Amino acid sequence: MTDNVNKSRRNLLIGTSAVGAIGAGFAAVPFIKSWLPSERAKAAGSPVKADYSKIEPGQMLNVLWRGQPVFLVNRTEKQTAVLDSLEDRLKDPNDSASIQPDYIDNKYRARKENLLVVIGICTHLGCSPKYYPDLEPQSFDSEWQGGFYCPCHNSRFDISGRVYKGSPASRNLDIPPYTFLDENIIEIGTDGGAA
Amino acid sequence: MGKIASSRTKSSNGIMDWFNARLPVTQFYKDHLSEYYAPKNFNFWYFFGSLALLVLVNQIVTGIWLTMHYKPDAAQAFGMVEYIMRDVPWGWLIRYLHTTGASAFFVVIYLHMFRGLLYGSYKKPRELIWVFGMIIYLALMAEAFMGYVLPWGNMSYWGAKVITQLFAAVPWVGDSLVEWVRGDYLISDATLNRFFALHVIALPLVIVVLVVLHIAALHTVGSNNPEGIDIKKHKDENGVPKDGIPFHPYYTVKDIFGVGMFLLIFLFIVFVKPDMGGLFLEHDNYVPADPSSTPDHIKPVWYFTPFYAMLRAVPSMQIGALIMALAIVVLFFLPWLDRSPVKSIRYRRWPYKLMLSLFALAFVVLGWLGMQAGSELQKLTAQILTGFYFFYFVWLFFYSRNETYHEVPERIEK
Amino acid sequence: MMKKSILLLLCMTIPVVASAAGGAYIGEPANTNIRSQSSLQKGAKTFMNYCMGCHTMQFQRYNRVAEDLGLTEDEMMESLVLTDAKFTDKMTNAMSKEHGEQWFGKAPPDLTVIAKARGVDWLYNFLINYYVDPSRPSGWNNATFPNTSMPHVLWELQGIRKANYNEEVDAEGNSHAELTGFETVEEGQLSEEAYKDLVRDLVNFLDYSSEPAQLIRMSYAPWVLLFTALFTFFAYLLKVNYFRDIH
Repeated sequence: MTDNVNKSRRNLLIGTSAVGAIGAGFAAVPFIKSWLPSERAKAAGSPVKADYSKIEPGQMLNVLWRGQPVFLVNRTEKQTAVLDSLEDRLKDPNDSASIQPDYIDNKYRARKENLLVVIGICTHLGCSPKYYPDLEPQSFDSEWQGGFYCPCHNSRFDISGRVYKGSPASRNLDIPPYTFLDENIIEIGTDGGAA
Repeated sequence: MGKIASSRTKSSNGIMDWFNARLPVTQFYKDHLSEYYAPKNFNFWYFFGSLALLVLVNQIVTGIWLTMHYKPDAAQAFGMVEYIMRDVPWGWLIRYLHTTGASAFFVVIYLHMFRGLLYGSYKKPRELIWVFGMIIYLALMAEAFMGYVLPWGNMSYWGAKVITQLFAAVPWVGDSLVEWVRGDYLISDATLNRFFALHVIALPLVIVVLVVLHIAALHTVGSNNPEGIDIKKHKDENGVPKDGIPFHPYYTVKDIFGVGMFLLIFLFIVFVKPDMGGLFLEHDNYVPADPSSTPDHIKPVWYFTPFYAMLRAVPSMQIGALIMALAIVVLFFLPWLDRSPVKSIRYRRWPYKLMLSLFALAFVVLGWLGMQAGSELQKLTAQILTGFYFFYFVWLFFYSRNETYHEVPERIEK
Repeated sequence: MMKKSILLLLCMTIPVVASAAGGAYIGEPANTNIRSQSSLQKGAKTFMNYCMGCHTMQFQRYNRVAEDLGLTEDEMMESLVLTDAKFTDKMTNAMSKEHGEQWFGKAPPDLTVIAKARGVDWLYNFLINYYVDPSRPSGWNNATFPNTSMPHVLWELQGIRKANYNEEVDAEGNSHAELTGFETVEEGQLSEEAYKDLVRDLVNFLDYSSEPAQLIRMSYAPWVLLFTALFTFFAYLLKVNYFRDIH
């Protein structure tokens, strides 16, 4: 008799605890999910448009997308001519570990050969690298071939955003999805259906 | 007679010994749960203490989450609420849990207090428990009022204006006091900021500390019960009250059932009718705060309306404010106003039963009157009921002195 | 001085409510159906065509409306959005508050949560109870919201009507004007029924906008309650089991 009582009591304890634990799990979901980006944050992170036709050769335009800088560089032929010769000095010349859309598949790392579009955030610890366009010796690199240099921990990237050996950064600069709406306007944050 | 489940903690556990040598964890668990002996005859009315604790936790957790998405800025506050309702994932649920929780808190507290009146839980030796409870009630009213200002709707604004204006009733320094409370010449950003600070940290801390004291005082003298019989008079050879049962597991299990029943009603409101037809979330508070336009029908949320009706019943602001304050202050003295040696209403005679019923009815009707626009008849009714509210305590003081009552048994029978 | 103002404030509420109660004419319920997506879509279209020139929904986003109303981005942007707004933008317009005050004497209010503030029945009756009144600056008056500063924007659809009032003097010598009915002066583009349907859909959309979460809230309600009931049932059995010990 007492055994029966204890047995049904144990079953009920397990049942109630199980249902209660599942309920607590459900109840936790809204609280956890409310930390995800809100619609406002998503709206602020929606694609941005920029006029790339106004960028002078060799110059860089800095555009904010999702609160992070995106570098648009109108590269000269002189700047891109060195790309092949740099491969030995790079960690990952062929983008095997890069974060970038599928349609970025060449040494230019771009949909238009001259126009580089990269996220201006160092893949080491998140500083924003500086643009050093000229092919001339710098204090941080006596054989500088033009590109980006991160002042935080001396990471160096070539003019396609590929990281040099000896830099603390492990990965080439990330490339956002982007598409050209017309001759002048680029939209950053969408593929235009090409992905 | 069956076996009472024993939940004595074994002391052979090494880890527990390590802790107990440094912090009396096991002793604490025994004192307050497994060997806290509560009378075996708790009924429906005894759910509301633990439910109040549940609602408090709900308010704290949802409140913390709301502060993550809200800015106490007069220019943005109204929009922040809509931001939470639309843009924050699940923000609507968190907000509704908090707004419904506010009203649920008062429902639970009013029933909890009425339980005290029914069974004489405020009487010797539990006076201090009652007094702590009353301070919690006061703090809760301040907490609710300031929380109501945060959405910065037009009712928030004008409610805040009217209530802070009440400080003008203080003799001599009244007008300066009003400005000091508001931090401006009108209800403004400064007022919103300080109310936010008080609402999210100062008052919650006070309430939590008071709740700890309330429970500590309760566990010192032990729980009352529907019979009003002191179970500590009859103990067995181990010193355990014969009519007591360990709080854990018996009342934890029972309270969990109470929590289930409560959640059914609470979640129904949250998911089906969060506005409660304008009772929990008022229509006029969906209009942004507008210093140039008073809502047509200005009134506080339902849990304040009994006192609001008293304020309006008196054609003088200073006396009205005084009456309102006295209506709460008089409750503090209840343990000394009721001089009858009998605790439970079950053993008191019909005059007390009748008067307590009328008193409760008067409070509810005053609450209803406080929500109405206020015709002449309603005003007159409010005046009569306000008079009765105070008369009840005077009557109780004299009646209870030589009250006759039924004989109270020694032990609790089933 | 300040002490008096609160009293004044408290006393003021009484006559104001009395007059408002006498004024707001609610002839019929709105009978909206929040679950009808087609009604909400039609209402959204009416709102963006007729209301958004002056009114905003400053807390509501186009993409949220599209998602909740079952519209694609293209459908939304091409057939509904008349400004050059982005899909994720909030539903605002170009009219400044100052202009609004200049043109109408009172800036047109934001309508995001108007249905919470006024209720659907009031909104529905407000929009069907306009009549001509040459004494008003706009030429229009309203039986539900007397002396409103908003002109009858939908008049081409509803047509022009005039109101018949019956003046009565009560025992205390105060005269009351009681609305006895409307009279059509000029037919509108829509029949009376079609116009009421259009307003019903519009009000339905306003109701949705006042709380977009109500759609998901309602859909969760039965499951949450069923689950809680299950838990409570288990807890009840457990409680009964334990209390068999107690005599």
